[in-house]
Amino acid sequence: MNINMTLIGQTIAFAIFVWFCIKYVWPPISTALYERQKKIADGLDAASRASRDLELAQEQASKTLQESKEQASQILEQANKRSAQIVEEAREQARAEGERLLVGARAEIDQEMQRAKEDLRAQVSHLAVIGAERILEGSVDEKAHRKLLDELAAEL
Amino acid sequence: MAAGNEVSPAYYIQHHLQNLTFGKHPENGWSLAHSAEEAREMGFWAIHLDTMGWSIAMGLLFIWLFRKAGKVATTGVPGTLQNIVEMVFEFIENTTRATFHGNNSKIAPLALTLFVWILFMNTLKILPVDYFPELFKRLGVDYMKIVPTTDPNATLGMAFGVFCLIIYYSIKIKGVGGFAKELSFTPFNHWALIPFNLLLEIVALLVKPFSLAMRLFGNMFAGEVIFILIALLPFWAIWLLDVPWAIFHILIIVLQAFIFTVLSVVYLSAAHEHH
Repeated sequence: MNINMTLIGQTIAFAIFVWFCIKYVWPPISTALYERQKKIADGLDAASRASRDLELAQEQASKTLQESKEQASQILEQANKRSAQIVEEAREQARAEGERLLVGARAEIDQEMQRAKEDLRAQVSHLAVIGAERILEGSVDEKAHRKLLDELAAEL
Repeated sequence: MAAGNEVSPAYYIQHHLQNLTFGKHPENGWSLAHSAEEAREMGFWAIHLDTMGWSIAMGLLFIWLFRKAGKVATTGVPGTLQNIVEMVFEFIENTTRATFHGNNSKIAPLALTLFVWILFMNTLKILPVDYFPELFKRLGVDYMKIVPTTDPNATLGMAFGVFCLIIYYSIKIKGVGGFAKELSFTPFNHWALIPFNLLLEIVALLVKPFSLAMRLFGNMFAGEVIFILIALLPFWAIWLLDVPWAIFHILIIVLQAFIFTVLSVVYLSAAHEHH
């Protein structure tokens, strides 16, 4: 247990080890540790940001869904209204068409009747002429005239 | 006790506590000391080869391990070695941050070196006391004391290094005048008490490295002596005391390394502070 040069040797060794540690051991470990700390902090940050984003997106999605539902119901309503309108219009059109046809038919009937009347009139006058000829040729017999007139009337 | 009954317990203990000394003997010149007597006669111009060798080996182990971990250190998932190294690193860094109040980035690496180096040197004590002396005896080497911290030269050497740093930073931070003023005017701020203050402060300053060195040396040496005494027991009884003492020493080993480190940091912190 003598004090000797070992003391100085140990001091020198100590100085060298400390110098080496300061120069080559401490910095890389320290750098790696702080970088990892930063990385973890960044990761946690990103995660919380992502969850916030997710929340926002979910909110957005539900809002969009709500909007589209509203839109759909609006469209449906519009379509219903439109279809009712179309049906109404069609009905209107049909009725107008029917009326038009009816009017046409009536006009035709009238025309036909008119023509028939013209025909009849022409025939009546002809018949009257024929009847008068017959009356003038035969005896004026009440009964015979009667009969003739009846025939004439029946013919009208 | 490997040598059997032919050696006396006193010789056995002395043999285990003797360093392998190389030095300038008054009669034999530069040579290895073959007895405690010869080693003593060499005086200051001698060196303990075992202390130097084992302490440098432990220092290199520290440098190699931590350098390796530092080289492969990634910011990703760390491996086992990196995990252990980082645990020690963070422990020292937090301790330094808590105790050191100056602004000096060299203090934490210093503390790391001190802690791990002393821890490794202390850990050699867990190895059975007879293994290395016996092994080296077979190889023709008379003495081999493998635990450097049981040699006061080693602990004083480190404490002396810390002492130099205390002086260096005191002067660097406060200037020669500031340092002298601090020594002269504390604790009593009066010109008439300057001699008294100087005496007090210089003694306090010089005591710092001695308290550091002697605390570590005392604890380690006492533990070593107990281990050697336990080794004197019959071989079947050794484990009864050896195992509890070794387990207890796991605590002492770490604690003493930690105390040396923290006190060094505290002293250096004081050297950085203005009064």
